[in-house]
Amino acid sequence: MKRLYIYMSLTLAALAAAPALADTYAITGGTVYTLGTAGKIDNGTVLIRDGKIVAVGADVAIPADAKRIDATGKMVTPGVFDPESVFGLDEVDQVNETQDEALTSTRYSAAFDPTDGINPRSVLIPVNRLEGVTRAVVAGGSNSSVLGGLGSVISLDGTEGYVLKDPVALFVTLGEAGKKLAGGARGGALLQLREAFQDAKDYAQNRAAYDKAGRRAYSLSRLDLEALQPFVTGQLPVVVQVDRASDIEAALKLAADFKLKLVISGGAEAWMVADKLARAQVPVILNPLRDLPEAFESLGSTLEDAARLQKAGVLIAFETGDSHKSWNVKQAAGNAVANGLPWIEALKAIMLNPARIYGLDKTSGTLEAGKDADVVIWSGDPLEVTSFADAVFIRGQAVPMTSRQTELRDRYLPYVKPNPPALPPAYSKP
Amino acid sequence: MSIRPLLIAASAALFVLAVPALADAPAAGDTAPTEFPPDPFPSTYQPLPSAPTLIRHATVYTGSGLEIDDGDVLLKDGKVAAVGKGLTADPGVLVIDGTGKFVTPGIIDIHSHLGVYPSPAVDALSDGNELTNPDTAQVRAENSVWPQDPGFNTAREGGVTTLEILPGSGNLFGGRSVVLKNVPSVTTEGMKFPNAPYDLKMACGENPKRVYGSKGAFPSTLMGDVAGYRQAWADAQAYDAQWKAWEKTKTGPAPARDLKLETLAEVLNGRVRVQMHCYRANEMATMLDVAKEFHYHIAAFHHAVEAYKIPALLAANGTCAVMWADWWGFKMEAWDGIRENIPMVDAGGACAMIHSDDPNGIQRLNQEVAKAWAAGNRVGLNISEAHAIMWMTLNPAKALGIDDRTGSLEAGKMADVVLWSGNPLSVYSHAEKVFVDGALVYDRDDPRRQPKSDFELGKLGQGTGGSL
Repeated sequence: MKRLYIYMSLTLAALAAAPALADTYAITGGTVYTLGTAGKIDNGTVLIRDGKIVAVGADVAIPADAKRIDATGKMVTPGVFDPESVFGLDEVDQVNETQDEALTSTRYSAAFDPTDGINPRSVLIPVNRLEGVTRAVVAGGSNSSVLGGLGSVISLDGTEGYVLKDPVALFVTLGEAGKKLAGGARGGALLQLREAFQDAKDYAQNRAAYDKAGRRAYSLSRLDLEALQPFVTGQLPVVVQVDRASDIEAALKLAADFKLKLVISGGAEAWMVADKLARAQVPVILNPLRDLPEAFESLGSTLEDAARLQKAGVLIAFETGDSHKSWNVKQAAGNAVANGLPWIEALKAIMLNPARIYGLDKTSGTLEAGKDADVVIWSGDPLEVTSFADAVFIRGQAVPMTSRQTELRDRYLPYVKPNPPALPPAYSKP
Repeated sequence: MSIRPLLIAASAALFVLAVPALADAPAAGDTAPTEFPPDPFPSTYQPLPSAPTLIRHATVYTGSGLEIDDGDVLLKDGKVAAVGKGLTADPGVLVIDGTGKFVTPGIIDIHSHLGVYPSPAVDALSDGNELTNPDTAQVRAENSVWPQDPGFNTAREGGVTTLEILPGSGNLFGGRSVVLKNVPSVTTEGMKFPNAPYDLKMACGENPKRVYGSKGAFPSTLMGDVAGYRQAWADAQAYDAQWKAWEKTKTGPAPARDLKLETLAEVLNGRVRVQMHCYRANEMATMLDVAKEFHYHIAAFHHAVEAYKIPALLAANGTCAVMWADWWGFKMEAWDGIRENIPMVDAGGACAMIHSDDPNGIQRLNQEVAKAWAAGNRVGLNISEAHAIMWMTLNPAKALGIDDRTGSLEAGKMADVVLWSGNPLSVYSHAEKVFVDGALVYDRDDPRRQPKSDFELGKLGQGTGGSL
């Protein structure tokens, strides 16, 4: 009987959570950076209902049933969008059992979709979302092929319906890492890609013959050839990991030959070929903190990479390469500002531009009516290292501002203050 | 351990001559410092030419926990000559208007692998871990340092004036570290912080047991790690006793030198300090027990991701915790990392500080301090900005045993100083001018004071560190 009671309360709790989707929030008084056509709105209101933004402005009528959240003196922006993460695929980097981001098998390459292995209950997700990271691309990789696999976009708000788009892109490795995967030479890596794309195109026109084994042997498996279709037809972007200017030029040529929708990731020397990237309308995902000649392929690294690319008209987005603390992309963006990038462009590079690069900007990336309500209230300038997210909404829901890290902190904090508890920390539970 | 003779010995030549005579012992040894031969790689560092300089009307964080608004700092003869308000300049003193700007001591990074794991990170230049034996106490990081590592320059551009280069953490005993002044030099000796105590790098935990366990060798467990330290210390005690016995009589041939045991014996004699890589609270506690058993002192635990669980224990042992602002989860022993580690250790009464362990992070230690400071204040720890500055200045100086010479803006100390464009706890602030021993070694506004390494010449690295 008791058991049944517990079961029923859980059900009730679940039911109680579901109607919460209908919650209406009015965030008032803050400085709203919409990143849309309305620009900045002082003393603005953001009205959220049923997971969507329904109104943004200085004179928004607030319904009586709305929960009012006072953001006076604070900044309100869209959520941070991580354009290249391993959320749900990685708990402890050096604990192999918790790693699902890269395939060593040679049987599949392009068809590998890490999305099937995502754990939305990962400890990393609450840690990052309470810092304002609300959605992310989860990218696949390979330890045996330059074709790393597919990626998807996920929302960091829960365990149901969190995959927003799958696949969203194909991930490819060139440069020093690509040459290693392809057998020792950059030319070999390009050759592998050319063959793969040629085969995928040929396969698309000869599926029946292929099934009857009446077609020449392809370099890839059937599933890989199928997976490549949206990319060889230019529907979805191919994200190429590459740093050296000449490697970027090689990727540009490959993209032109096969009419690929190219995105450069890494791009340490992208500023050297900024005009070519701008002309080809190829975006660059970069970590703006890189400034060391850490490899012979990144001798041209500079803290001004972001500013120079943006000035040349290249669409840029920022990543940290570290999903454990993806939120530090804000700090990286702040440093890009300190090195010449306009502040508002830095904000776009971590909130709006990933949505544009991956084709999700119709539903996200700005604070505008009709968009998914990924909204963050910041204690101050979000790019400043001393600011924090005070409240985070993902698809219209206020997310709990707790994580395993805050629980550890709250367990031990009383012991560094006067009059610590008598019992050991193990007795303190959240 | 007076530094007064150095103050008087203003000329560079005298300065260098004065150094060997000082025989600086960080903690009182129980024997004469002549037992083992002196430093085989003596410092040849000489301060760069400097001019008397007065920075006026700036917000001054002294590094010792104080803030002086509208403050002045006078640098003269390579030393901090005065810190205060309303200082006047003698004729010939260069005056810098610091209005709206901030002054701090130069940043000290107690944990760097610049030079031993330089850029570019190619195998041929990777010299940081002698992974051929779990005890390589005989090796010295300074013999691996490549002074042309471009990372020294970018670190300086971030305000780093002193840094400790350590061997890696693959071994129980990694070898000796070296403390460097961050000045461009063709030789490592030319960067060596004169008369800084040597440190021995030790490592707890996963790294040594993984490196050797994966080869089927000892140690492969934590208990193996600890047994490895203890046996080595026992051997060092015997070696030291052998030498002390010989020193007394000087009869017969001297015992054979064992460079490995010599380093350990120097620790037992208090002349070499211990800097220990250690993540977990229980392992730090174990190592404090080992230190008691063999009568040595651990200056600091590095990385110390779980230090927030044991600040009282650290304080009671006089051992510092060297931490990141927010690194966590990259390995099992880092799983419990939290953003409040540094402020909680500080609030718990222990000596806390930042470190980089990273050629990129070292360029922004002020921002890392800012993150930790803000995280602490968010949970009500009420730490002042001036106090937080200690985490990157005086506290690392203390842990290195050089706080009598640098780490704070106090008259008589080395003029290792940074002028910031704004509050150093802001992401937007730059180190505008960096002084080492009073010499302007970096100026953001003057290309002639923006040194580049040989590696960066030609077309290589043309983007590094700013505009073309």
